[in-house]
Amino acid sequence: MPLAIEAHRLRKRFGRTDVLAGLDLAVPAGTVFALLGPNGAGKTTTVNILTTLVRPDEGTVSVAGHDVLARPDEVRRRISLTGQSAAVHEVLTGTENLVMLGRLSGLPVRDARDRAAELLERFDLTDAAGRRVGTYSGGMRRRLDLALSLVVAVPVIFLDEPTTGLDTRSRQELWAVIRSLAADGATVFLTTQYLEEADRLADRIAVLDHGRIAAEGTADELKARIGGEVVELRDESGAVLAELPTDGTVHGLRAAVERIDLLPGAAAVGATVAIRRPSLDDVFLSITGRDAVSGPESTAHETSAPELQEAK
Amino acid sequence: MSSMTTVTHPAGPSAATLIGERPRIGALTAESVFIGRSFRHSVRDVESMLMAVMLPVMLMLMFTWIFGNAIDPSGGYVDYVVPGIILLCAGFGASSTAVSVSRDMTTGVIDRFRTMPIRSGAVLTGHVVASLVRNLVATAVVICVGLIVGFRPSATPLEWVAVFGLVALYILAITYLFAAIGLAAGTPEAASGYGFILLFLPYISSAFVPVATMPEWLQPIAEHQPITPVIETIRALLSDAPLGDEGWWAVGWCVAIIVVAAVWGAWLFARKAGRR
Repeated sequence: MPLAIEAHRLRKRFGRTDVLAGLDLAVPAGTVFALLGPNGAGKTTTVNILTTLVRPDEGTVSVAGHDVLARPDEVRRRISLTGQSAAVHEVLTGTENLVMLGRLSGLPVRDARDRAAELLERFDLTDAAGRRVGTYSGGMRRRLDLALSLVVAVPVIFLDEPTTGLDTRSRQELWAVIRSLAADGATVFLTTQYLEEADRLADRIAVLDHGRIAAEGTADELKARIGGEVVELRDESGAVLAELPTDGTVHGLRAAVERIDLLPGAAAVGATVAIRRPSLDDVFLSITGRDAVSGPESTAHETSAPELQEAK
Repeated sequence: MSSMTTVTHPAGPSAATLIGERPRIGALTAESVFIGRSFRHSVRDVESMLMAVMLPVMLMLMFTWIFGNAIDPSGGYVDYVVPGIILLCAGFGASSTAVSVSRDMTTGVIDRFRTMPIRSGAVLTGHVVASLVRNLVATAVVICVGLIVGFRPSATPLEWVAVFGLVALYILAITYLFAAIGLAAGTPEAASGYGFILLFLPYISSAFVPVATMPEWLQPIAEHQPITPVIETIRALLSDAPLGDEGWWAVGWCVAIIVVAAVWGAWLFARKAGRR
């Protein structure tokens, strides 16, 4: 399978910080690839290098079959970027935003208009087409933002944290759109802090930690890496108080249960213990030695999955 | 791993889109699109449009009716002050360029354009051209209101052309400067703040009172700052008076400011866009 994105030993330093410390990537064409990592792991820098915005200090990188450093304009003809903040024009209407992008993409005015109408329909924005974007909700802006990057159906689509700040419903709508892009044959490269998002959308997931890929594989492969079941302690209301990964052996399981027994809350009325399959949260914890949110200071061995979700 | 579908997909009415490349864009297409965008911004921003029309009217009336007789009891102040009001309004009108440029640079808008095969600097061209047209309209408003309240220019048609040419050059200079400030500022609010300083320059010039009436230490500054020769040139042209070498100084200053602001702006644009 041909590679849509290929990067070798990318390094980027801002001031005294090594943002990327020898990053390697290989993304097969036509797949959805998720770069997963906490804030400050280097996700946006990676996207900026792949999309010609930032030059790496070292390393080679090619996207859509062209060298990003030597032929940036050839790459730019074949990619689109949807950044973290919605790049929409508030005083223009939805249609005007799309027609403008179409014209800038080299479409004649007529084609740009047709394409705008088509995309508004696809993103369920037809009713708001003639309204100024300033009146749109957050979810509508994100959909328009994504539509803008699809004015020309380029082969490689970059989405930098596409659902950050969206409510659950808008997020699920956007997930459906991203899946349909992949179904059309595009390569989708997305970054996310949400393990669930990577799990739902991506064919392959890479965990970025301190500017390096700490682990890579399908969601199942990554889950299999940590092997055994997880033991969790819940209080009366069902909230998770603690969860301990095990190596899947009888001995390991017993040790985990004994450790849990010593925790505060284990002896409380209504406290229960359960065993479950590992989640991506657990994978993240076991790979990076900390949870996805708290950053390097926290060792967070007993951070629960619901807390992880809520913290964002 | 997902299936390898590379061409069209019959899923629903909308999905049937050929995966392809962006067509090559015609020369100057980006420029014309961005100029259109900036015009729409200008026209739809009701507050700044009102400001652009109301400000010249208010300033003109204030300086002639309220200050005018105190400064020159003979009633001739309106003829003296018109060039100053033109430049003052042009400064206010151009200052919104700093905010617009800063907004583009900080909201991710520029990143999308920079990942497309276009000259992304054309965004700035759009803002500059829109500012030029907006402020030439404001200049026309100043002159019309002036005529209503007693302004009696004696310029020949050729001198009128020269007046508008010089005003256009001045607008370009100050707009380029504001665009560079917009690039240098971290946020649109900061851009607005820094730009404010430039708006005070006309007061320390021969725009509203003769330089000779200022404190002695201020006179050399007022005499040699760029706005004074521009004012003197416009004033001489409008009253059909001898020009001396002020005209060359005026054009020279404007061209110099444009060159410096353009070089500074280009450097900021390249650096800012490359850093993130």
